[in-house]
Amino acid sequence: MGDPVFNGGLDLGVLGIVAVKALIGFTFVMVGVIFMIWFERKIIADMQSRVGPDRAGKWGLLQTLADGIKLIFKEDLSPDRSDRLVYRLAPYLSVAPAFLTFTIVPIGGVFRGDDDGTLRVLGNDTFLQVADPPVGVLFLLAMSAVAVYGIMLAGWSSGSKYPLLGSVRASASMVSYEAALGLSVVAVVLLSGSLSTHEIVSSQAGSVLDWNIVRTGFVPFVVFLIAATAELNRPPFDLVEAEQEIVGGFHTEYSSIRFGMFFLAEFMNTITMSAIMVTLFLGGPDGPAPIGPPLLWSFFWFTIKLLAFLFLFVWLRAALPRFRYDQLMDLGWKQLIPLSLGWLLLLGAIQIGRDEGWNVVVVVLVGFGIAVVAAGGLLGAIRVADRRRDAFAEPLPNESAELTDAGVR
Amino acid sequence: MVDTIVFVLAALVILSGALGVILARNPVHSALMLIMTLFGVAVVFVAQEAHFLAAVQVIVYAGAIVVLFLFVIMLLGVDQADSIETEPIGGQRPAAGVVALASVGLLVLLAVRAVQVSSGARSTSSALDGEGTNLEKLARVLFTDYLFAFEATSALLVIAVVGAVVLARKPAAEDVQDRKGVGALGRTRSGSGR
Repeated sequence: MGDPVFNGGLDLGVLGIVAVKALIGFTFVMVGVIFMIWFERKIIADMQSRVGPDRAGKWGLLQTLADGIKLIFKEDLSPDRSDRLVYRLAPYLSVAPAFLTFTIVPIGGVFRGDDDGTLRVLGNDTFLQVADPPVGVLFLLAMSAVAVYGIMLAGWSSGSKYPLLGSVRASASMVSYEAALGLSVVAVVLLSGSLSTHEIVSSQAGSVLDWNIVRTGFVPFVVFLIAATAELNRPPFDLVEAEQEIVGGFHTEYSSIRFGMFFLAEFMNTITMSAIMVTLFLGGPDGPAPIGPPLLWSFFWFTIKLLAFLFLFVWLRAALPRFRYDQLMDLGWKQLIPLSLGWLLLLGAIQIGRDEGWNVVVVVLVGFGIAVVAAGGLLGAIRVADRRRDAFAEPLPNESAELTDAGVR
Repeated sequence: MVDTIVFVLAALVILSGALGVILARNPVHSALMLIMTLFGVAVVFVAQEAHFLAAVQVIVYAGAIVVLFLFVIMLLGVDQADSIETEPIGGQRPAAGVVALASVGLLVLLAVRAVQVSSGARSTSSALDGEGTNLEKLARVLFTDYLFAFEATSALLVIAVVGAVVLARKPAAEDVQDRKGVGALGRTRSGSGR
């Protein structure tokens, strides 16, 4: 269990390997962010029939670098009513979890056939991921739980209204969607039989049919994708920084490189979440290797899958309008959580049925029957609650008679 | 060697965090210090190879409970200059003093009497044997021997949630009629979109 590099105890070579892996991981994410921002601006520009950045470097490739340098040299302001210490701490608190999550992602390695994803470097076997903690995906959940602090404290410490509203929105949506995220991860863990990301990837090696996206029956993947988008506060769930309503949201008061760090964290998180989805559902670096060394192919497949998700996130931003706050909460609590919980129970029932040798068809039919009854009950309860709320709520201004009269006069 | 270094660093983090919690004037700073302490404890758990406990410590305590503390502090806007002269509960201070003395006494007694004081070394009880990882053993015990306690705890949590919802529920229709026009914010009709 765990990364075999530690099996022979700690020595200088092992420490060197770990340091180099951490450095490569960090570089991967940082360079990834630089190109992701360019990628996003170019794609959005294309979808809106604009040119996009094209001045700095070939095709505007160096635009992000130029923006970053500009941000560093801008004046670093902090509002009079801010809480200085927390105000300065918050950007770091949002960057750190974003990178730490990436450390558990296997970015390469051959898993098919007799290979188990290890690579021999300087006489040591090692996995192609910075760390393989035994709790694996729980680390992901822990980091996404901690990521709330950066945004929450940034909004609070700014000492003004809009950032506070933005950060309350952000923390509420992140806390709500964490439950759905966790439940869809459990489905993956149930089928892979391990929490370790390395084991999860190993269990998916083979063909597309062995990938968790197929084995868990698509539903957990869709739930995870939606919950991850909400967790990232990306469109269509970006009401955290809804410009029309609350200026810039939690980072309204920030300037200079601290402002830049929030964006760095946001894009880092996007890349990390995409990488996590590739790992959990799409077999990580798994894929066919027709010619040449399979190791290079594994990097190729990982990158292709990662790019597909990054494109999907940009596409969502271009295509979908923003959710309203109550719609966000309804989707999270009343649809995604019951759906992923029900699906998890169904998968569990099938798993037990397989162990006990029950008829799979009967198990699935009974499971679906119970699910339909439960869903009916839930829908009924939601409808009753809605009706009661409507009955008690005061009429909205545009529906009330007095206001209409006043408007006519 | 590595164990000792990790233990000393974690202990420094834990103790300075704990001191910060009680010494900080600002409640938000106290909450942040509490997070620091919780992370230090998680590090100690990892050093003792209790990985699952460490993960749960971060997810539940640092990730959920302190977030709720901060939510309450942020939304209620606890004043920094909150007077500590008034005692909400009579006789609270002497009682707190007694409890604090008793706790210190207990710790001293443990340090004096116990053969094995905390040194950062690995647990001296015998290692878990048998097949599987730590996590698998924990899961097996939790869902077989202690299933009843587990289910009872989950039932307790659900009851607590339902209780909280009932307590925080909006008043019945006639009360709303009385208070019409007051506090319309937050009671906008969210269901009207459908």
